[in-house]
Amino acid sequence: MTDLATPQERRAARNRWLLLAPALTILIIAASGPLLITLVYSFLSAGDYGGVEWQFSWSAWFNVFMERDIFDDTLGFSDAHLSIFWRSVKLSLMTTLLCLFFGFPTAYFIATRPKKQRDLWMLLIIIPFWTNLLIRTFAVVELIRNEGTVNTLLIWTGIIDEPIQMLFTEFSILVGMVYVYLPLMVLPLYASMERLDFSLVEAGYDLYATRIKVLRRVILPLVKPGVIAGSILVFVPSLGAYVTPRVMGGGNQLMIGNLIELQFGQGRNWPLGAALSITLLAIVMIALLAYVRTAGEEDTRHG
Amino acid sequence: MSIAISARKLRKVYAGQPPVVALAEASIEIKDNEFFTLLGPSGCGKTTLLRLIAGFEHPTSGDLEMHGSSVVDLPPHKRPINTVFQNYALFPHMTVAQNIGFGLEMLGKPKAEIKSTVDEMLELVKMTEMADRQTAQISGGQQQRVALARALAPKPKVLLLDEPLSALDFKLRKEMQLELKRLQTETGITFIFVTHDQEEALTMSDRIAVMSAGTIRQIGGPRDIYDHPAERFVADFIGDTNFLPAEVVTFEGETAQVRLASGKTIVARTPEGEAVQGKVTLAVRPEHATIGAEDAGLLSGTLGEVVYFGTDTHYHVSLNDGTGFVVRQQNRPDHDNDVASGDRVGIAFPPDVGQVLKD
Amino acid sequence: MARSFNIRRQTGFTAIAMTCFVLLYMPIILLVVYSFNSGTSIAIWEGFSWRWYQSAWQNEQVQAATVRSLVIALWASAIATTVAVLAALATTRTRKFKGQSAVFAMINQPLMVPEIVTAVALLIFFAMIKVATGYTGLLYLIIAHSAFCIPFAYLPIRARLQGMDLNLEQAAADLYATPFQVFRRITLPQLWPGILAGAMLAFVISLDDVVITEFVKSAGQDTLPTYMLGQLRRVVTPEINAISTVLLGISVTFVIIFTVLGKIKK
Repeated sequence: MTDLATPQERRAARNRWLLLAPALTILIIAASGPLLITLVYSFLSAGDYGGVEWQFSWSAWFNVFMERDIFDDTLGFSDAHLSIFWRSVKLSLMTTLLCLFFGFPTAYFIATRPKKQRDLWMLLIIIPFWTNLLIRTFAVVELIRNEGTVNTLLIWTGIIDEPIQMLFTEFSILVGMVYVYLPLMVLPLYASMERLDFSLVEAGYDLYATRIKVLRRVILPLVKPGVIAGSILVFVPSLGAYVTPRVMGGGNQLMIGNLIELQFGQGRNWPLGAALSITLLAIVMIALLAYVRTAGEEDTRHG
Repeated sequence: MSIAISARKLRKVYAGQPPVVALAEASIEIKDNEFFTLLGPSGCGKTTLLRLIAGFEHPTSGDLEMHGSSVVDLPPHKRPINTVFQNYALFPHMTVAQNIGFGLEMLGKPKAEIKSTVDEMLELVKMTEMADRQTAQISGGQQQRVALARALAPKPKVLLLDEPLSALDFKLRKEMQLELKRLQTETGITFIFVTHDQEEALTMSDRIAVMSAGTIRQIGGPRDIYDHPAERFVADFIGDTNFLPAEVVTFEGETAQVRLASGKTIVARTPEGEAVQGKVTLAVRPEHATIGAEDAGLLSGTLGEVVYFGTDTHYHVSLNDGTGFVVRQQNRPDHDNDVASGDRVGIAFPPDVGQVLKD
Repeated sequence: MARSFNIRRQTGFTAIAMTCFVLLYMPIILLVVYSFNSGTSIAIWEGFSWRWYQSAWQNEQVQAATVRSLVIALWASAIATTVAVLAALATTRTRKFKGQSAVFAMINQPLMVPEIVTAVALLIFFAMIKVATGYTGLLYLIIAHSAFCIPFAYLPIRARLQGMDLNLEQAAADLYATPFQVFRRITLPQLWPGILAGAMLAFVISLDDVVITEFVKSAGQDTLPTYMLGQLRRVVTPEINAISTVLLGISVTFVIIFTVLGKIKK
């Protein structure tokens, strides 16, 4: 291939890398590079007051899932860590399902509006998407806290006497995550539904399908790529969520993100924090890879 | 007349797996003041050749000269050649006049000169009233005129036109064909015109190069190419043709005596500068043949479909050896061929209209 | 008479969609409404007043955090947009080149890697540098923000470039424009909506960032969002609502301008 390159093409290649250099430099300094250092840190020993000792050690990785009993020195699975992992996965899956439950009909509703209205409806979805995540979380907090709108309203109407404790529970984390990640579900769903050819739906009815059968056998298979994309887009950030569980969980209900932070704060175990980070990254990458592969298959099937 | 553009063994291969040969080898000489057309199906390399001349692509090998000096290493902005693009490529953020003046501005011409040339060009393409319009606000035909004016404004030595009429509707296309021819004669600039439309090529060109699969198949005037195609591809691509198996009896320089499948012999033209012998293919245009009584013709067969086209009628004949043959006859009110499907018929054509093809 | 059969209708979908919009906007609207509450409660309405905006405006911590947020967002969006324009020019409309997927992976890394992971990685790396150099200024935050803003600036610019007609640039070169003139006269004027959109996205993203800032900042370097995060631990007054409303207003304005920019005919 190189022998076919003309002087022009060689010059173009050189210019290309010159143009890319500034962006890549910043990304290496503040994205890829630190990630590699984190990987290195996960194989070092913890310093007494945070930081690390430059000494190779497996203990951080060992501690991700296991712990040594402080009394009889036996090995066992780390219940604390496992329950946090489990909560993260469970809440992320539930968030994804709930977002799908609300997002699918919403995207369908928007996609079936007259063409001129659609952009306006989508703007209603996009605005929260670009709005500060902390503010949106906070808006939900105000709604469900003990002295918040919901409880105040319920007490005022006499339905309850004491405020219901909703904040700082798994439930509140779930509500918060569904609320903040819902737009991420609607965007790809809408993108695939907008392209939906409704003559196919007509053909379905023409061939005696009922509404529900048209939905299941015609619409759903056609918008499947959007469903998968939306689910991944919600699941991945849910799994790595930090702000929402911190604000909504109030420090009792930790998720992986909070567990990681803990190692850099009170825990003073930087290598463990690094190892947990890499673990989270690995899970996310597996999910993304699975998505790329299914998306690729869809492409070849339709292509 | 001197040579404006001369390409020698020009070759363009795109890197890739496998490499794509866009232009296998093209040698061509285009004269000053000529309307020259590159004709061929899509993917034949005609656009690549045009882009090499414009300087948008760099040849893999070969040389390109303009008025005797090599321009291979000149970037497009240093070549006195302008292009009319297929989709016009008008700058959307500039007015009609700004578009037309762009080249002159880039050449650093004084403002007054730019203004007068732009006015002159607007008049030439009859767009004076549209000078301050945005390019998005004018019709396709008008955009076409602006693109032409823009390319002509810097007074290039050579103007390249890449299928400029393909986006226009039929009627507008016919108008623009005449218009282009007029502009070329008026300005005296060499036009190199790329098209896949054989009719367009035949009506406008001084000379045509027929291309296929990255090579030039035949170069000649429109009459030459139509009446005397050198090979099967050219005969097939331009107009309709009947192909007949034949055998050379005697070769006589420019012509040859050939024996047809029916056993009868006739005089036919041979490809320029080539000796022919043995089994050959003979090309006969449908409108050059006539249909008549079975024993009166050179060939005989059974008449199949008869299709009426208004101006003329097509007779589909199945020859005795199974070969299909189409005769096209003009319809006249006083004259009617009294034949019907299933009849035995004879086909005749005068000597010299048959063309022996290169293999 | 029977209602005509609407093939697009699905039972219950409209109801769920409407619920969805209500749920999506109710908390935000309440947040905004209570920022004007004259009382200290965020649930009991006591009357209209600007007092919380005034108190936020006079709060020195808020002032400092606002200035810091703006300084960081301006620098980060300027840097990210500049390098993103160059990167987009290098990677758009060219044939596949060696290292292309690696370049795309790097540019998109901030979108794919969970923010907490990037935050921790930056904490580790910058802690090393802070110890080595002793420098603890805003530069760390600016570089960190620039990095994660790059993909947001890059994507709209790249989309705009891809939608641009390559022939236009060739036409300009054909009309004797040098490569630099081509860029200045043809590419840039057509690219500017993309550049502006990218810069605005980058600005909003930087302004809104919580996680990375929280981990990278040195002591006393709170931005508005991290200041708010800190305040949430205490008793909350509508002052937070007032700050939120202002930030919300900025985001909404930018998103609408961004949407309009996207509509400008290519």
